[in-house]
Formats: sequence, C-alpha cells, structure tokens
Amino acid sequence: MARMQVVPLLEIVTESHHTMTYRFRADFGGTAGQFVMVWIPGQDELPMALSYLGPVKGITVHAYGDATRALQSFRPGDRVGVRGPYGNTFKLEGEKVLAVAGGTGMASIIAAVEAFAQQGAAVTTAVGARTAEELLFVDRASASGEVHVSTDDGTRGFHGFVPSLAERLLEKHKFDQVLTCGPEKMMKLVVDAAMKRGLKVQASLERFMKCGIGICDACAFDDRLVCVDGPVFTGAQLAASKDFGAYRRTKDGRRVEL
Amino acid sequence: MVDLRTEIAGVRLRNPTMLASGFLDETGGSLVRVYRAGAGAVVTKSIGPEPREGYSNPTIVELDAGLLNAVGLPNPGIAAFEAELLEALAAKAVVIGSVYGKDAAEYAKVAGRMAEAGAAAIEMNLSCPHAKGLGTEIAQSEDAVQEFTRAVKDAVDVPVFPKLSPNVADIASFALAAERGGADGIVAINTVKAMAIAPELRMPILANRFGGLSGPAIRPIGVRAVYDIYEKVDIPVIGVGGIDSGHAALEYVMAGASAVQIGTALVDQGLAVFERATKEMASLLEDIGFHSVAEAVGAAHG
Ligand SMILES: Cc1cc2nc3c(=O)[nH]c(=O)nc-3n(C[C@H](O)[C@H](O)[C@H](O)COP(=O)(O)OP(=O)(O)OC[C@H]3O[C@@H](n4cnc5c(N)ncnc54)[C@H](O)[C@@H]3O)c2cc1C
Ligand SMILES: Cc1cc2nc3c(=O)[nH]c(=O)nc-3n(C[C@H](O)[C@H](O)[C@H](O)COP(=O)(O)O)c2cc1C
Ligand code: FES
Repeated sequence: MARMQVVPLLEIVTESHHTMTYRFRADFGGTAGQFVMVWIPGQDELPMALSYLGPVKGITVHAYGDATRALQSFRPGDRVGVRGPYGNTFKLEGEKVLAVAGGTGMASIIAAVEAFAQQGAAVTTAVGARTAEELLFVDRASASGEVHVSTDDGTRGFHGFVPSLAERLLEKHKFDQVLTCGPEKMMKLVVDAAMKRGLKVQASLERFMKCGIGICDACAFDDRLVCVDGPVFTGAQLAASKDFGAYRRTKDGRRVEL
Repeated sequence: MVDLRTEIAGVRLRNPTMLASGFLDETGGSLVRVYRAGAGAVVTKSIGPEPREGYSNPTIVELDAGLLNAVGLPNPGIAAFEAELLEALAAKAVVIGSVYGKDAAEYAKVAGRMAEAGAAAIEMNLSCPHAKGLGTEIAQSEDAVQEFTRAVKDAVDVPVFPKLSPNVADIASFALAAERGGADGIVAINTVKAMAIAPELRMPILANRFGGLSGPAIRPIGVRAVYDIYEKVDIPVIGVGGIDSGHAALEYVMAGASAVQIGTALVDQGLAVFERATKEMASLLEDIGFHSVAEAVGAAHG
C-alpha cells in the first residue's frame, strides 16, 4: 500500500491566471505519465499528473472548481497530502516523436517530452491553449526539441485548434510515435490522425477517480480502469474502445455521453 | 483431488471465493472481468433506489494494516444499474445483488428489481458503518434486522443473505434475528469503524472523518464473528474480512463459512488473488486430509 505523505509546498509558480505549479518533496519515485492523489485539506482529494519528476516533484493545477481554486490561496509552507505514484507510464519507444498537448494536458506530457529527449529521441511538441497567456511549459519543451504553438484565439502561433496543427505537422514530417493529452474530444482527433497514418500513439486519459488504486470502479473505461490500466492507453486499445471520445461516468457511476 | 464446488442455499459456485461488495463491481465490464479472473461469484456494489454520489474525497486511506474507507455508498441507482447487471449476466457470471435503502420498503423494492433482472441471490447491506441513516441504525437493532430481512424475503424468490456489522456487542444475536426474518444465509463481516488522523494538519484524513477498516487487520475479528454465528444459526455463513490467501480463507471455512469473499487483497494482488487463493485452499486441504471444502466447514468447532 502507498501511504499518504503530508508535505509542505516548497515553491509555487504562477503559470497563467488560472494555472499554478506546486513543488514538494516526497519519498516516492514516479515516471512520465504517472499521477498522484493530492489531498487539499478541508476540500477534496484529486488526481494530478506529475509535471516534474525527481526528488522535488511538481503538479500543475488548473483552478477549475472549488478545491483547485482553494489550492490557489496556498502559500509555500502550507501542507498537502500526496499518495502515489499511480498508474502506468508513457512507453519511451520511438526515434521521432510528436507530442500534442491541449491546455493542462501539457502538465502530463512534459515529463515524457523530457524523458524522450534525454534518451536521444527527436521530439516535436505541439502546444495548444485557448489564448497565448495560457500556453504551458513552452520553454521546457523548447529545451527538449522543436516546439509549435497554437491558440484558439490566434494571439500566438497557429490560429486554431491544436489537432489541426498536429495534422499539418503529420503531413509535413515523418514521425514514428505520437503522444497526446488534453480534452478527450481533442485527443480523439489526434489519435484518429495518427492511426490513419499507421503511427503508434499513446494518449493519457482522465476519468473521475475516488481511490486511484483500482478498487472502487469509479474510473471504469470499457472493462478497464483508468487509474491502474491507464492513464496512458495505446492507439490499438483506443480503437477497440466503446468509451473513448464517447462516454464518461458521473460521480454516481452512471454512463453519460461526453 | 479436492472438490472445491460449493452450494449456498441453492446457489451453486464453481469455487468458494466471491468478490466482496464495493470492489470493482459498479460496472458490467468490471463484474465480467472479475468473474473471468476466477471468482466463484461476484457481489455487486450496494445499490439503492436512487443515484448517489457518495462522500467527497478523501474517501480511502491506505494503511499498513489494510484500508480505511468512507466512500459513502456511491452508486448509479437500481434503474441505471440494471444495464450493468445484464451485461454481467450475459457473460454468464454468477452475480449476487447487494442492496440498501432507507427503510424496509426501499430494500424490498431494490431487491425485487435486482432479482427480476437475474441476480442469483440478494445480499442485504445492513451494515455500512458510515452512511447516515443507511445502515448504522439498522445494524444496531435486532428488530430492524429481522423486519428488513422479512420484507426482502417477501419481495423476492431468490436466496437472501443479510450482511452484518461487527460494530455491535454480540454479532451472533443479530444473525439469529436475521434467521428469524427468514434469511437463507449470513454474510459476516462488514468493515470495522475506525479513523486516521494527519498529525501535521491536526485533522482526520477522511472527508467523513471516520470510516470502515478492512484488510488483514480485521481478519481475527471476522473469524471470531463467523465462529460465533456458526454456533447459533442453522443457515450457511459467508465469511469476509481480511482474506488474502487460501490459508486465510480456510480459517474462515473452519470457523464455519461455506464460502468467502475477498476485497482489500485486490489492492496488492490484483485479480490474480481469486485463482491463487482457490489453488492454495485445494492444496492445503489435500495436505491435511480433506476431500472437499464442504467437509471442512466448521471443522474448528469441538
Ligand atoms: C489521471 C489524471 C491526471 C490529472 N492531471 C491533472 C493535472 O495535471 N492538472 C490539472 O489541473 N488537472 C488534472 N486532472 C483533473 C483534476 O483531477 C480535476 O478533475 C480538476 O482539477 C477539477 O477539480 P475541481 O475539484 O477543481 O473541480 P470540480 O468543480 O469539483 O469538478 C469539475 C469537474 O472535474 C472533474 N473532477 C472532479 N473531481 C475529480 C476527481 N476526483 N477525479 C477526476 N476528475 C474529477 C469532474 O469531471 C468534474 O465535473 C487530472 C485528472 C486525472 C484523472
Ligand atoms: C472501498 C470499499 C467499499 C465498500 N463498499 C461496500 C458496499 O457497497 N457494500 C457492502 O456491503 N460492503 C462494502 N464494503 C465492505 C466489504 O464488502 C467487506 O465487507 C470489507 O471490506 C471486509 O473485507 P476485506 O477485508 O476483504 O476487504 C466496502 C469496502 C471497501 C474497502
Ligand atoms: S479510481 Fe477507484 S478504481 Fe480507479
């Protein structure tokens, strides 16, 4: 069993008006793609991708609802609970890699971009956001390879959605591996574009989670679990899936359209 | 060869292991997957009349000794759950439907629909230690246990197994009350009321503050409960609480259990736990000279 550790926040970095990175020390490992369950005391406990690996880990959080908004008022020294790391990881196979991230999806993919670069793969990253201010980790991705940027409102880079940018990159260059994380409808477009070209693809999914350890069935995805069989799924698994891009489960377990 | 087949109140099982309620059993896909992994039967998440979100997180604390949980009975409600149950039945899984409600009529209504949809038996969750108004009060009153059991018995034609709480002074008297209500078998035990605190934050970790302990730490409590119940009632007992091996399962069998349920052990061992525990039971029984599980039931009683 993975014990929860209550740790002080060491550093808090404002990435955009609604997104912040929280750094902390925890004595567990963690590989690219894995997540931790983060207890925001008095609020909630939520799954968050590890955006920084190593001894001083990091999570990058979009202030979305009450709990994540409350976290924005935390200061260095304030404590959170963390348990993990959970889930599977991006497989570091491929020489020419295209990473496609939408919004906070970049938080989960950046560790994989860096890990691929470290082992000598050529990585191209397509980073999408609604507007220029919300683009995440462009500098970190640039340090690991080529970066292309898209914004929905055209304030920087390609004017449009990131799957269209990815489509252009796939037309122009040869890749042997595609990674993606972001809103599921966005990932569906990226996965389809990669599969159409016979490319290997890995997508990191999100589902509502309670336990994070494969017992509560909250994160059921087809007959699998996002928390232990994922969050990273392969193109072949997604192509065979009834749920991908179509259904999610509500907090009470009902299956609803995405 | 040891005969592992078992029968509880007419429900035939290929082996005596079952999935405990609350683990990978809220969706059809997961129920099928667990059954295929080797469980003799799968018990559903406790289902109520209406959808319920459960408590907010944290709902689970991982401990060295097991798990502490207060998930608060999240479930899609019986109407939406029917599709999940049918998916599991279509794959030929033996499914026992676990039900709860706020009064006897609600239990009966959910149980009726569960049985109509094809559940092989009904398990009554009379014992959730942390959902307000949905268990604690029922689990603490022998009269309520008898009355609720009777209501469900009258509503269905399949066997009815009330599941009891260890959070009472004398669990066997509750088993007797269930038997008086017409129960076909008893399931024991549910989780043991407990709490975990984060000293750094001076607060309990679970959002609900307290919850139920499961896993190896509660096995001796469960074994004792089954032993006591077996002495008092004439109906079969299903043992649950901290079973993580064939050896642990046989403790329960010899205390008087005809079948066992496994939950928390899934965290460390995954779905392989069912096949592993079943094989271990067989080889251990053979070693000590038993030919069937049935022969070993209650063997520890003088
Ligand atoms: C594997 C995984 C990794 C994630 N990584 C990140 C990350 O790096 N950065 C980030 O900002 N967000 C991440 N998320 C999403 C995050 O867990 C929350 O969904 C999100 O922060 C909203 O939380 P909230 O309580 O503020 O919003 P709320 O207003 O409470 O909820 C808004 C919506 O968020 C979702 N949500 C709420 N609670 C949960 C939960 N326990 N599990 C999953 N979804 C939930 C639901 O769809 C809900 O409708 C990740 C999710 C998963 C499953
Ligand atoms: C996360 C979790 C959820 C549970 N949900 C239910 C439930 O819905 N209904 C029920 O009767 N028991 C529920 N239980 C109790 C288990 O079925 C079982 O009685 C208990 O966990 C002891 O068995 P174990 O030690 O093998 O886990 C739950 C337990 C846990 C840990
Ligand atoms: S979050 Fe509980 S099974 Fe995945």
